[in-house]
Amino acid sequence: MSNPLRDMEKPDAIFCIGTNMTEAHPVAAMRIKKALRRGAKLIVADPRKIPLAKKADVFLQLRVGTDVALLGAMAHVIVREGLVDENFIAKRTENFAALGEHLKEFTPEWAETITGVPAKDIEQAAIWYGEAANGAIFYTLGITEHICGVDNVQSLCNLVLLTGHIGREGTGINPMRGQNNVQGAGDCGALPNNYPGFQPVTDPANQAKFREAWGVEVDIEEGWTKVRALDECGKKIHAFLICGENTVVSDADRAHCEHALRSLDHMVVIDIFRTETADLADVILPATAWAETDGVFTNTERRPQRVRAAVPPPGVAKPDWWIIAQIAKRLGAPGFDYESPKEVFNELCELSPTYHGLDWDLVAEGRHHWPVPEKGHAGTPVLHIGEFPRGRGLFMTPSYRDPAETIDDDYPVWLTTGRRLAHYHTRTMTGRSVGTEYLVPEELVEVHPDDVADWGLEDGEFAVMSSRRGEVMVKVEATDKSPRGTVFCSFSFSEVPINALTGSGYDPITDTAELKVCPVRIERATTSV
Amino acid sequence: MSSDGSSNGSSNGSPTLTLDGKVVPFETGETLYEVARRHTSDVPTLCYDERLEAFGACRLCVVEIEGFRSPVASCTTHAAHGMNVQTKTEKLEKHRKTLMELVCSENPRGVEIDPMRGHASQEMTDLAQRYAVDGTRFEGAQSGQSHPDDPNPMILRDYDHCISCYRCVRVCAEQEGDYAISIANRGFQTQITTEFNGFLKGSECTFCGQCVQTCPTGALADNRALQHTREPGEVELTRSICPFCGVGCSVDIMSKGDKLVGVRPAMDGPANEGALCVKGQFGWEWVQHPERLKNPMVRKDGVLVEASWDEALDRAAEGFRRVRDTHGRHAIYGVASGRAPHESAFSVQKFIRAGFGTNQIDNCSRA
Ligand code: SF4
Ligand code: SF4
Repeated sequence: MSNPLRDMEKPDAIFCIGTNMTEAHPVAAMRIKKALRRGAKLIVADPRKIPLAKKADVFLQLRVGTDVALLGAMAHVIVREGLVDENFIAKRTENFAALGEHLKEFTPEWAETITGVPAKDIEQAAIWYGEAANGAIFYTLGITEHICGVDNVQSLCNLVLLTGHIGREGTGINPMRGQNNVQGAGDCGALPNNYPGFQPVTDPANQAKFREAWGVEVDIEEGWTKVRALDECGKKIHAFLICGENTVVSDADRAHCEHALRSLDHMVVIDIFRTETADLADVILPATAWAETDGVFTNTERRPQRVRAAVPPPGVAKPDWWIIAQIAKRLGAPGFDYESPKEVFNELCELSPTYHGLDWDLVAEGRHHWPVPEKGHAGTPVLHIGEFPRGRGLFMTPSYRDPAETIDDDYPVWLTTGRRLAHYHTRTMTGRSVGTEYLVPEELVEVHPDDVADWGLEDGEFAVMSSRRGEVMVKVEATDKSPRGTVFCSFSFSEVPINALTGSGYDPITDTAELKVCPVRIERATTSV
Repeated sequence: MSSDGSSNGSSNGSPTLTLDGKVVPFETGETLYEVARRHTSDVPTLCYDERLEAFGACRLCVVEIEGFRSPVASCTTHAAHGMNVQTKTEKLEKHRKTLMELVCSENPRGVEIDPMRGHASQEMTDLAQRYAVDGTRFEGAQSGQSHPDDPNPMILRDYDHCISCYRCVRVCAEQEGDYAISIANRGFQTQITTEFNGFLKGSECTFCGQCVQTCPTGALADNRALQHTREPGEVELTRSICPFCGVGCSVDIMSKGDKLVGVRPAMDGPANEGALCVKGQFGWEWVQHPERLKNPMVRKDGVLVEASWDEALDRAAEGFRRVRDTHGRHAIYGVASGRAPHESAFSVQKFIRAGFGTNQIDNCSRA
């Protein structure tokens, strides 16, 4: 996030797109509700009538995968109505002329034909965001889990750069990170293109820095993304170390994923439960869990905070860092003589420019937002004040593309996937807790009541849902949360492995799977289960 | 009065008032309760929660102000420059004792409230003790009605203990913003109800537990933690961060000995300021679930069997060595977790980078 969570109470106009915030980030959503009570305007764009939509001043119920058309049309209106911040554009951006030219064809009327959102609603949303003294954008995987995820983000950036809603309190462009420490995993350099602290691996200066720090030869080329690595299993990739991820259930295209992992020569899984993924491993190593482990998480507002052990682990389970160090030492890798998580974290701080001013003791205070470039620095709650990392903000000109697969006679229904309040990812945790399991004990596919009738389905009965990759049995829930022609399911239940269906395509730049769009066919199940 | 009595501040800038004989500074806009709490911790109250709009219902926080005819509720009275305030006169304490007697008469007598019921659950019994009140002076009717029949396993609704402070209703409206519970009737018929006076599941309630944590009597209680009442030992609190989403709410983990018995929101957590959602509040039992992995396992003749650390680590290392020697260093791939702490992700990427000299590493953010 460019801005801290507390800023969510401060904008005059809030634009939430592709984020089911009250369910996926409930405590953050509380702050939005506070802003609304202060009189802020709320614009919500989502294919489904999510709970936040009920609180919206304007709800843009777009067809799945048409964000670029919607956002381009909003930018078109902002330019047309003269709501651009000319001073900001002149001082802090480049390529505005090209964008102006590019936006000409993105009329709201054109966008209506693509997105299904009435042109006048698009105009209203654009005007409220454009006019606001402070406008802020919030998004999650509904923007990124598309083949055009990068285009979607660039389209949002264009809105920000046009209006100058950035670099101040109560503004910004704010991706909400899904997992507790997915921000931290990136910060730590668990990426094929970056060392810790987002230092590119292709930069010779960084290579020299890590060569010297670790006393080893380093690669001068980027690694592969996990998606690419899975494609290469059994071909160029022959061993996997998987730490705390239920890849088989959480990733797109389950059949492909299982096949890939099965074709490995060697697979080691570090986890707390025997997941569907661990079942495929050659070696499973039991890890300590939350409440048993000392360490650091960094939240979505770039705030590193300490987690602490309160109870002992079961059996002989050990912390991840210890387990990995033991394997590394057996392979003769240097620099794994850690005796505590403190030593590991302090090494990260030494090597990372974003954490350089932090250490294990300081992080216990939890009051810094990174970057914290040196000791004594107060941290950086708001990013992009006065300047962007590349200097000037660059307007990009993404064009609308259809999703990787579109509906046809064989697969006439749009499936979109997501999360539910009471469950978390593949339910290895919430499925084993009484309360959360009580609230949502089984998966249901949400279908509009008229579609339920038209398609010969029945509320509460099983249906067979199939895509070009697989099929699942799932109970139907009739609800007008879903628009006609679009159904929704989460991927939390192993009994309903929804990712057996997904995986129609990947963003060409990030390799992120298009989990949000998948054409399916849905029919009444002839036999029940 | 020592000055002109204006509320705009003394000659040196910051306004002051006299609190129990001592001159103290305050900031414009502060209530007397806020000023008093900073300096003396013992102005009693039952309806106050610093995150909520002051409500002035319980009248326990009354103070005397020179020149005012009768005592005023300090939580709804703004501090003014030059005020002379008394918080603990004999008359005030007597008044408070009477109020406490009335409040206690509405409640089951002599019941101990398990602290595991919730963060604020001891406030009422603590005050009853302080004023040596047992609730027998007024034979009051009890307000509220229990909903022990609500089958939800998370929130115990024990309204026999309800004193109508409306903290639950206010926290739900002002903090959670869900308006799941409301007040029906007034006086002794007062009842805190859900919209449809039915069960919480199926109402607007999201089971965030905030009403539980602000309830000063334990009438609303954490029914997951209460499953561990009989566990021996004292409850210990360990400050940590919720393991679910990226908001990063601060929590206090509750444990008794080696047993995890609950989770409570940290009122001073920077991301959450005392709030949690259903996952963070009630979704912790997986930690000590019997299905947790307790021992390393290795595949032998196609089957995963338990092994010692040495055997499993040797097998793990051997496999990586074999693949490196036959297929080259780029044939080994590491996936770090977005769930585990930094020390895990940092170690995995260093294992790949320093161990094999490649960048064949990613985390789960692409799925
Ligand atoms: S649990 Fe949360 S949503 Fe439900 S009644 Fe209590 S405060 Fe309201
Ligand atoms: S309590 Fe809920 S909102 Fe807070 S970090 Fe946990 S999952 Fe996220």
